Amino acid sequence: MTPDDILKALYDETLVGNAPRVLELTEEGLGLSMEPQTLLFDALIPSLEEVGARFERGDFFVPEMLIAGRAMAGAMERLRPLLAETGVETIGKFLMGTVKGDVHDIGKNLVNIMLEGAGFEVIDLGVQVAPEKFVAAIEEHQPDIVGFSAFLTTTMPMFKANMNALEKAGIRDEVIVMVGGAPVTQEYADAVGADGYAADASQTVKRAKSLIEAKRTKVPA
Amino acid sequence: MALIACGAIAQPAAAVVDRNGWPVDVHPLPPLLHNHPDRIADQVRALAERLGRSYGRVVVGYADCGTYGALDSVCDDLGLQRLPGLHCYDVYAGRSRLERFFDEQPGTYLLTDFLVRSFDRTVVRELGLDRYPELRDTYFGHYTRVVWLAQEPDEELRALAADAAEGLGLPLTVVETGDHGLEQALADLVRPAV
Ligand code: B12
Repeated sequence: MTPDDILKALYDETLVGNAPRVLELTEEGLGLSMEPQTLLFDALIPSLEEVGARFERGDFFVPEMLIAGRAMAGAMERLRPLLAETGVETIGKFLMGTVKGDVHDIGKNLVNIMLEGAGFEVIDLGVQVAPEKFVAAIEEHQPDIVGFSAFLTTTMPMFKANMNALEKAGIRDEVIVMVGGAPVTQEYADAVGADGYAADASQTVKRAKSLIEAKRTKVPA
Repeated sequence: MALIACGAIAQPAAAVVDRNGWPVDVHPLPPLLHNHPDRIADQVRALAERLGRSYGRVVVGYADCGTYGALDSVCDDLGLQRLPGLHCYDVYAGRSRLERFFDEQPGTYLLTDFLVRSFDRTVVRELGLDRYPELRDTYFGHYTRVVWLAQEPDEELRALAADAAEGLGLPLTVVETGDHGLEQALADLVRPAV
């Protein structure tokens, strides 16, 4: 296979969630001395973006999305140490969790995969993360961004509770807050005082990058 | 009068209507819309507009059902009333009881008679568990129990519910709600016209 064949096959096999084949192709690509970044940015990420687009259009449902995500995560596992070695700079640290009372985590996990792929260091606190736990983890890991995910009408109000906990701990201004999940809208994000919202994984990556950029270039008053 | 009903409650709703002798025709929409709630509001709008031409009054047998307010906008637009609450679980069991279940165990997965009876189609196949059984833990790894809100638990349904919970690897709690909640909610919807 030529490098071009590999990229094409990697894209196609990720799209259909063929995890073992994706891993094989990743190996083959590396065997041909292809750059890990090339495999990632020219095949794996575009493929998962296409998966997201098909999901939006209703051509894919959750299981297709999950197996594609899993295939990409498998390849990431293999590429992660190599990416670190090649000295690709991490864009920033992203702390993520599903809010207290909610155990929906598929959307969050997908965001995590894309963030990692794009060069973020991701710390995942899992599901049902209470406000105190977010606060403690922010103090411990000093992330650039903290992300709250919620999928239920009844758990969305935890965003506000989390914000209050950050305020109370005096760390609100130290971290960028992003929120997301199926019921969340830009208006809702604004209402709870979050810094950013995104409707899907690839937009989360874009938004996260621009928020970090904005924060780093901001001259302190 | 026409009642647009989510396919997941159309049958029990029709039974309640019959029992009370209400002059109401039940018009179901596909139950699988539940997994694509972004399509519910548009479909309800289209059906309501069509039915509005032949019925004096149209009411909506949906709760918010994951439309996150989109259905309310349609109802406001067309002057329709819908079932109260967030989903049919609220209607069957009451909001406060559900809150208690979720407070006790956030990892509670709810079933109704409809979901028990159609489990293979509405849950197993929709979530792809037939094709990818290994995804079970990806979906349900954080869940701790199944609570079946039972309307009419007969032997057959009990066996199916037990199978469903076992398939998910979770213990089953049966809570007999009957259909009083649904009857009350429907009565509130149809009352002004009866
Ligand atoms: C899959 C699913 C489940 C799975 C969850 C498995 C899991 N481990 O996550 C199962 C079957 C277990 C489940 C259970 C329940 N569910 Co459910 N579920 C869904 C479903 C069908 C899809 C959600 C999903 O995962 N989508 C896939 C992801 C990829 O979608 P996404 O939203 O596009 O994700 C993107 C964005 O949200 C964004 N994003 C996500 N998080 C974040 C975070 C940040 C910071 C940012 C920036 C972006 C971001 O990026 C993601 C990736 O692109 C939805 C309906 C729907 N179609 O939305 C109902 C839905 C969310 N569930 C619902 C309900 C009611 C429940 C139950 C209560 C039902 C029950 N029978 O018990 C339980 C909840 C129990 C609990 N304690 O949480 C309702 C919520 C209604 C409401 N008003 O609150 C919905 C809307 C279904 C409906 N029509 O009623 N559910």
